[in-house]
Amino acid sequence: MMRALTAITAREFAGYFTTPLAFVFIIVFLLANGLATFYLGAYFAMGQADLTSFFMFHPWLYLFFLPAISMRLWAEERRNGSIELLLTLPIPLTAVVIGKYLAALAFSALALALTFPIWLTVNYLGEPDNGVIFASYVGSLMLAGGYLAIGSCLSALTRNQVIAFVISVVVCFLFTVSGAPLVLELFDGWAPQALIETLAGFSLLTHFRAITGGVIDMRDVMFFATLIGVFLMATVIVVDMKKAEGA
Amino acid sequence: MIEVEHLVKKFGDFTAVNDLSFTVARGQVMGFLGPNGAGKSTTMKMITGFLRPSSGTARIMGMDICDHMLAAQRHFGYLPEGAPAWPDMTPRAFLQFITQIRGLDKAAARAAEARAIEMTELHGVLDQPIDTLSKGYRRRVGLAQAIVHDPDVLVMDEPTDGLDPNQKFQVRRAITDMARDKAIIISTHILEEVDAVCGAAMIIDRGQIVAEGTPSALAARSRYSGTVTLTLAHEQLPAAQNLLQNINHRSAELVTRGDESTLHIFAADGTEPGALLADMRAAIGAAGLAPRALALETGRLDDVFGALTGKARPAAAPFHATGMENDKGAAS
Repeated sequence: MMRALTAITAREFAGYFTTPLAFVFIIVFLLANGLATFYLGAYFAMGQADLTSFFMFHPWLYLFFLPAISMRLWAEERRNGSIELLLTLPIPLTAVVIGKYLAALAFSALALALTFPIWLTVNYLGEPDNGVIFASYVGSLMLAGGYLAIGSCLSALTRNQVIAFVISVVVCFLFTVSGAPLVLELFDGWAPQALIETLAGFSLLTHFRAITGGVIDMRDVMFFATLIGVFLMATVIVVDMKKAEGA
Repeated sequence: MIEVEHLVKKFGDFTAVNDLSFTVARGQVMGFLGPNGAGKSTTMKMITGFLRPSSGTARIMGMDICDHMLAAQRHFGYLPEGAPAWPDMTPRAFLQFITQIRGLDKAAARAAEARAIEMTELHGVLDQPIDTLSKGYRRRVGLAQAIVHDPDVLVMDEPTDGLDPNQKFQVRRAITDMARDKAIIISTHILEEVDAVCGAAMIIDRGQIVAEGTPSALAARSRYSGTVTLTLAHEQLPAAQNLLQNINHRSAELVTRGDESTLHIFAADGTEPGALLADMRAAIGAAGLAPRALALETGRLDDVFGALTGKARPAAAPFHATGMENDKGAAS
């Protein structure tokens, strides 16, 4: 099981780098990060030695970048027929789902790690709280994990990568904005407080903001772990259902 | 060995596979014949656990594919329809991935890969991405993947599709070589392939078995089985017509192709085809006719295939020994 899982993850991860697309993706991701931080986030004007204006844009950047990674996870296998090979090899379906997911997560982690110059910059310019920055990086990776798990499940539903991308963006968007002040204010005043809290509780944004505040609370970690677990389980179920349908 | 029991697959209202049962023993190569859409691939997808049967099941080496899927999957190699692979991988990396998944240890894996590469003659392309390879090479990469772990059971969906005649010959020889200690199922729509490699064959149509047996037994079901075939040049036809007048036979049919005419002569009821052949031979000798061929037909698989799957070719024109004009140019 472990050996098969490692093999799947390694194959999948190496697959990202066989085309220049991976490098283009990383470069564009880093550029977008820089632009967001320095222009939208007014990093210098803030005059603060922290990375708040860097991390605050991650949910919105991930919203478009990560579905681009996850869209191919299953849709591509289905389109080129290799799914038939993959599912007739003696590996548990769970191992295939997790193995593919881990490869996507590792790729995102690599892209995230390559933002390290901004960490060097902030340390050169001032004396930031590196504990908070570390927590924020962890939070950002968990956020990425959440988006990718959602994307994995939706990619399993179709053989068309574009459809997988669009649906993933929409669903991830819903899971994000449900915690945005703009949306919560709509409910404020007339909806019961419990509903608003539940809504906000389902938002990746709420939990991400809590972690980037500098505190890795177990409840937030549990939220991301549960979200990822549920969507990976859903991926297994979707792939398995397609075996009965024969689609 | 492979045991298939009452396999059924329905897609909505459409029944793709309808109550299929058969077994393939070790040492046997079973040929799966049928027109496109007959259910060949669907059956293979169910046997290998890619599709879940609507009902019924298959067992691989005694392991139920529905209840013990992984255990069953360890025992077979599978070449899916179209020989899919990951286009960005090289054949070398692809085979290494498969041996790793199959759990071979390093030394055994390298030996197994070398053997599979040898059998499928992939030496020249080992380090080229699979999507840059020709169709024939891609098929052989798929084959190498299926046999790399030396499985007890092989399931191959159209293993020679897209290969040139030499490669077809090599693949068939490889299958025959491996057949001794394996149970093998191949699907094909090439009838000569069944003759070449299969000890048993099954014709399926609309999800059901319409005929099964050895290829020669199946061929013997042809209506031409037991006829005498006389092939000659067009201008010799009148002579043949005269000659047939004096021979005891039931009827004859004419097929023209190119510059030749072929007569299928049916023996009279209650007489042996061999006797007819002897009569014909004697008469031809007496008349000084030099036909291109004269033989006893043992039957042709494509006739049987066409007749059973409802796509029989147009019948040959009746050929009357007396009093009829034969327009030799018209039929084709």
